[in-house]
Amino acid sequence: MPLLDVRDLSVVFQRKGTAPVRAVDGVSFTVEPGQTVGLVGESGCGKSVTSLAIMGLLPRRGNKVTGEVLFSDTDLLKLRPRDLRDWRGRDIGMIFQDPLSSLNPVIPLGVQVAEVLERHQGRTRQAALKQARGLLDAVGIPDPARRLKEFPHQLSGGMRQRALIAIALACKPRLLIADEPTTALDVTIQAQILTLLKELVDDSGTALVMITHDLGVVAGLCDTVNVLYAGKVVERAHRHDLFAEPRHPYTHGLLQSVPRLDADRGERLHQIRGSVSDNIPWSEGCAFAPRCDRVIDDCIGDTVPLEPTYRAGALRCTNPVPKEVPV
Amino acid sequence: MSRPGGISTLADHKRRRIDELIARTAEPGGVSLIRDAGRRLLRNPTAIVGAVIILLFLIIAIFAPLVAPHDPVQRFPELTRDLTVDSIPGATAGHPLGSDPLGRDFASRMIYGARQTLFVGVLATLIGLLLGVLFGALAGAFGGWVDALVMRLTDVMLALPSLLLAITLVALASRSTQWTVIIAVAVVNVPIFARLLRGSMLAQRESDHVLAARALGVKRRDIVLRHMLPNSLTAVIVQATLTFAVAILDAAALSFLGLGDPDINRAEWGLMLGVDGVRYFEVRPELAYYPALAIIVVALGFTLLGESIREALDPKNRR
Repeated sequence: MPLLDVRDLSVVFQRKGTAPVRAVDGVSFTVEPGQTVGLVGESGCGKSVTSLAIMGLLPRRGNKVTGEVLFSDTDLLKLRPRDLRDWRGRDIGMIFQDPLSSLNPVIPLGVQVAEVLERHQGRTRQAALKQARGLLDAVGIPDPARRLKEFPHQLSGGMRQRALIAIALACKPRLLIADEPTTALDVTIQAQILTLLKELVDDSGTALVMITHDLGVVAGLCDTVNVLYAGKVVERAHRHDLFAEPRHPYTHGLLQSVPRLDADRGERLHQIRGSVSDNIPWSEGCAFAPRCDRVIDDCIGDTVPLEPTYRAGALRCTNPVPKEVPV
Repeated sequence: MSRPGGISTLADHKRRRIDELIARTAEPGGVSLIRDAGRRLLRNPTAIVGAVIILLFLIIAIFAPLVAPHDPVQRFPELTRDLTVDSIPGATAGHPLGSDPLGRDFASRMIYGARQTLFVGVLATLIGLLLGVLFGALAGAFGGWVDALVMRLTDVMLALPSLLLAITLVALASRSTQWTVIIAVAVVNVPIFARLLRGSMLAQRESDHVLAARALGVKRRDIVLRHMLPNSLTAVIVQATLTFAVAILDAAALSFLGLGDPDINRAEWGLMLGVDGVRYFEVRPELAYYPALAIIVVALGFTLLGESIREALDPKNRR
């Protein structure tokens, strides 16, 4: 039984006077206990909105969330806000993109770590602070006793992200959602943070949903990858299959746009034409069609279904990249 | 993370040396926003000047009975003797600033006036601040119709000039006492505080760290009280120090208009300036000069300090 089973999740932004926007359009995926699942796509494809919808963190006003988010058989979308609050932080942790702004600037770090322990485990401030010290130590923050008393602006970017990871994992959640956890960090720190995440997730058996646009992160971390485009999953595959044989032209394009050291000098970097805003509604065909190199007549007209492929993968394409094309 | 001290190819004493050097460069931990701001305040001459002025007046106010040469309400025969419609005695031995129109020691009245004036200013500001924070926090925390209601109320209050509003409030009270003045001046400042706080609360509500706190399942009450409010208070605190000066001037203006405290024995600068100072200006202008000067200097003190606190709390100036 999967730990997280997202079924047909849709988020529609509705604002008076403007046409509704389908930010997430029937996304389904599952996360098994201890598994690491990637949600990949470029800006605006619905990655972050998906994660916020799972957590119930989207503003109630102006957003319509439909579908099911089954977390160990409980539909999180049907829970009352008050009850959902008990799940957040305790069973599901979350890490955000910008480690500075995600910490409260006027509260010492220790109190921020302690807060979640007090909230969910009923610890006293003292006991929580003591435990916080161990948590900071576990995420590799040197001299945790001193850091506990410090304020976020006194820590480096990498240290802040470590602290956020410590906070998110404080209550040993069964699922961790990381929304672009390394985007705001230096490359050297990115690698450290990813290694740390991998270690912690492996040690504790926590499942991880990794939201990223960075294929390098996917390659190093994820078991299964869901590629999103314009609010829909266009391809799902095991990591190795995805990198070895990307079937969707979008995935293929993404992989080809990664610069390679072994490429010939003077060879132009591949790019996907246009931008995410150049799309057609999914009801009229494939949203990627206007940018696609392999577009054929069948791509326009009807909704393209998500068809299962081998090894629990899936593909939404009428004219997929043939299997033997090397990346 | 492997610390440099853990590099295995190094000899023990070299490793210890690395740790030592790291420890030396490490900054001291735990400098709070307030303490940090305080340190910067102490280095700012403007703040020092403001603080010294306020402190001086506070000491005079608190120790008025010790500082003042005489009882402020007692009428002295040696002063009343020379008192006529056309002349009020100036400085004499024992009465450094001379007499007021009733033969009381003017210097003592000025000194006791500090007490009364600061009392009115502090209390009016504090009451205004408390009510303003309450309404602003409610509006910012709940949003929706609570927000709309509070904001429309403040709109109405801000639509009237503040002095006119204060005059109306005093006029509404059947009998004027010093409390009606305090309340009137306080109420006038409520919408200013409320709007200011609501604005920064709304900004906080959309901030990443509040989203992060919500993602941790922190209760709504704690999010408002621990995460949104403390981050929003800076602007309000600074506004309070500035309001201080305005409150003293507003209270003085009310007294000047004859809407202040009717107790003729009470020494208050606004009252002294507005009633005696104006009435006897041609006979003895000092009766107006001294209270006016005192009000201006205290107001200046609060403004200087307020401005420097704002500067010190500005996160852009940190480190």
